[in-house]
Amino acid sequence: MAEELVFRFDVDGEDFTSAGQASVQVKKNLRQLGVDSEVIRRVSIAMYEGEINMVIHAGGGTALVKVYPDCIEIVLEDHGPGIKDIDLAMQEGYSTATDTIRSLGFGAGMGLPNMKKYTDSMDIESTVGVGTTITMRVNCQEVL
Amino acid sequence: MTVRELASHPDFSPIAMPNPDREVKGAYIGDLLSWVMGRAKADTLWLTIMSNVNVLAVASLADVSAVILTEGVTPESDIITAASEKGINLISTSLPSYGAARVLVALGL
Repeated sequence: MAEELVFRFDVDGEDFTSAGQASVQVKKNLRQLGVDSEVIRRVSIAMYEGEINMVIHAGGGTALVKVYPDCIEIVLEDHGPGIKDIDLAMQEGYSTATDTIRSLGFGAGMGLPNMKKYTDSMDIESTVGVGTTITMRVNCQEVL
Repeated sequence: MTVRELASHPDFSPIAMPNPDREVKGAYIGDLLSWVMGRAKADTLWLTIMSNVNVLAVASLADVSAVILTEGVTPESDIITAASEKGINLISTSLPSYGAARVLVALGL
C-alpha cells in the first residue's frame, strides 16, 4: 500500500470570518490529486462542518486530512469543552449555539448530522472538560 | 442556461461574475448555512438573504453555480472582492426569494 499523503491545518478559534479556509484548501488539494468531484464535495462539506464546530464551540483545533489509496480520512481534534451527550448532539436541529452564531447563519443543529451524512464512517471520542476528536472516512476510487 | 444568461434577465443584476459560463441546473432556497450545505446540489443556484463571508465558503464547498442575494440585500465591498477571488458568482435581485424562484421557473428551471 502506498504511503498516505497528509495535509495538516490549524483552525483558528478566534476568527469566524476565516472559518472554512482549511476546507477550501483541502478541496483544492484533492482536486489537484484528481479525486472524484463528488468525493471532494463530501469531504469538504464534512470538514467544513467540523471546522465551524471547532470555531463555535471549542476555540479552534487541528485538522488532519489523510489521503489513502481507497479512502480519505479526516481527523478533527480540539481541546474544547467536549460533548456531554453525543446522541443528543447527533439529532438534527439540536444546537447549543448562541443567538450571535445563529444570526450568522449557523447553529441550525445540522453540523454533526451533516458530517455523518456525507461520510462513510464517523467516530466521535469526547470527554467533557478535555476535548473532542472526530475521525471521518470517505471511500473513494484509487487516487495515489 | 448559464449564469451569464441568467444575470442578463431584467430582474437580476450581476455583482461578481468570475465564472459566468457555469451551467445552472436548478435552485435551492435557504438561509441556514449547514442546512443549505446539506441539501443544495452542485451546479444549482442558491437563493438567500445572508451576505456574510461564510456564505462564500458554503457556496464554494457546495459547488453552487451562483449565489442570488434576494430582497435587495447588498454585500459589503470586501465580500464582492472575495467572491471574485474565490470564483463565486454573485447576483442580486430586489425580489423576495419566492418571487425570484417564480422567475426562475418561468425561465425553465
